[in-house]
Amino acid sequence: MSTTTRMTGRRIVAIAAVALFILHQDFWFWESTALVFGFLPIGLAYHALYSILAAGLWAAAVKFAWPDHIERFAEAGEPEGGESSGGSVRS
Amino acid sequence: MTPMVIVLCYLALLLGLGIASNRFFRGTSRDFFVASQSIGSFMLLMAVFGTTMTAFALVGSTGKAYVRGIGVYGLMASASGLIHAAVFFLIGIRLWSFGKRYGYVSQIQFFRDRFGSSRFGYFLFPILVGLVIPYLLIGVLGAGKVISPISEGRVPPWLAGLVVCAVVLVYIFAGGSRGATWANTFQTLVFMVMGVVAFSLIASKLGGLQAATQQTDPAYLSRAVQNVEIQTREGTLIREVGVPPLMFLTYFFVPLSVGMFPHLFQHWLTAKSARSFKLMVIAHPICIMIVWVPCVLIGVWATGVKEIPPLAEAEAGKVLAMMVNLLVHDEFVTGLLTAGILAAIMSSLDSQFLCLGTIFTNDIVLHVAGRERFSDRQIVWIARGFIIAIVAVTYVISLVAPKNIFDLAVWCFSGFASLFPLVFAALYWKRATVWGAYASVASAMLVWFYFFHLSEYGHEYALWGGVMPVTFCFLAGAGAMVLVSLLTRPPSPAAIEKFFPQQLEIDQ
Repeated sequence: MSTTTRMTGRRIVAIAAVALFILHQDFWFWESTALVFGFLPIGLAYHALYSILAAGLWAAAVKFAWPDHIERFAEAGEPEGGESSGGSVRS
Repeated sequence: MTPMVIVLCYLALLLGLGIASNRFFRGTSRDFFVASQSIGSFMLLMAVFGTTMTAFALVGSTGKAYVRGIGVYGLMASASGLIHAAVFFLIGIRLWSFGKRYGYVSQIQFFRDRFGSSRFGYFLFPILVGLVIPYLLIGVLGAGKVISPISEGRVPPWLAGLVVCAVVLVYIFAGGSRGATWANTFQTLVFMVMGVVAFSLIASKLGGLQAATQQTDPAYLSRAVQNVEIQTREGTLIREVGVPPLMFLTYFFVPLSVGMFPHLFQHWLTAKSARSFKLMVIAHPICIMIVWVPCVLIGVWATGVKEIPPLAEAEAGKVLAMMVNLLVHDEFVTGLLTAGILAAIMSSLDSQFLCLGTIFTNDIVLHVAGRERFSDRQIVWIARGFIIAIVAVTYVISLVAPKNIFDLAVWCFSGFASLFPLVFAALYWKRATVWGAYASVASAMLVWFYFFHLSEYGHEYALWGGVMPVTFCFLAGAGAMVLVSLLTRPPSPAAIEKFFPQQLEIDQ
């Protein structure tokens, strides 16, 4: 994937995340007791659908904005200082 | 008797898994603490999901829905689906990469190195431990509350808590991080399946999905705030049903806690590769939905079931068990559901015990005495010793702890969420300094403690018609981080090069 495509993907994912954050505040169904399929209160059905949309958003993030560079960085070197060394700062 | 037999079989299965995981143990400290970073996508998803879902996912969600109605799902579940996955994507993968590259096994090691300060680790240590311990107690006390009733009182809560602690101890002792991951995977599958089974059976007994919802009090089918009059044996009770809009908005801060859970940090480090995160990032919101939608529906249905006497808020946690006992009347199902609830409890408990053992070993003993003084085998035994001590201390505290400690769950989450600016700045802001880190943690914790005090140490508390205290703790932590970092000397070029190398620039 080219750098330009990845940057565009990241922007779209970021915009979608903000939109999803706003959509969480569904004041339009706040007082409705209407039922979906005759048993699911619409306020609950909306947020169940929201969970599926959230999964969709993160699937898009994985597809279009996956940080390959982080993996390359991690794989580039062995742990410094051996087993469970935990870096270099000492008391 | 049947439910007890099922629970005992379940605990025996867990012990078997722990012992089996020991056969794969490589004998190194890195294998004990982070399973030699060998965990693949599915197990990582199950382990992390199981760890983030405590007993609250089955019992608490049903009880909260019984008290507040369907708004509980949007408040606690759908927001978590979005935020948790975002934290895994933005924080988890990056921390995993540093852990892999620089050999960290604990959160404090990362912060010490990032801010170039050993003392900062000592400062953070009691705060993290202090926030994890009540969370552990919730699990131990919860296990007692779940097992004791199905044994008809023959197994007292103290004995039930002891048995659960012992089982968790055995499989962590034997398999370390791998044992915890294997057990979590199994336990997560159990509690997800049992939630759905309980839902199907209850819906069927209520005459089907439509009939079950139609007999529900309509006040519980929306999020509008209304006062509902409830007749209890003690008299008339006015209950606020619904979720205030400001609470709904500000509750969004609470799921940020996953960014600072030390036990989750350790699970992230077990990942075989960054690709192992992909399934977890995508499927986590769906897993939450599978567990929470049925539980929330059971909770609101209970408001219309005549066999359930009106319950006060403090007793709402009994709703799921009452619905199963009164409607399903099947000892086998009761036993399976109890095993499911225990699975949810233990899948968090094991990771927390392991993480505290890891922190004590790596961030205190090895850091003070010097790692080179110990062989790798000795380090594993030190960690095991600490885990035994932590389990024992937690168990003893659970015997004397106030029984309303369950109210502390949201306060624990709020405390960890208040520390989120620390990890975010450490990863994404080059200018973040150690003094900014001190100020951020201190301010967040001071504000947290102020509200904790106002809540009379752990009760539900909100301001101005619903604003969650975590909002102010978070803002205090973030503000102090920015202000103090800008006023103090920037980190050294070497530190910046180590944590913000060219390879991690966003457009690489």
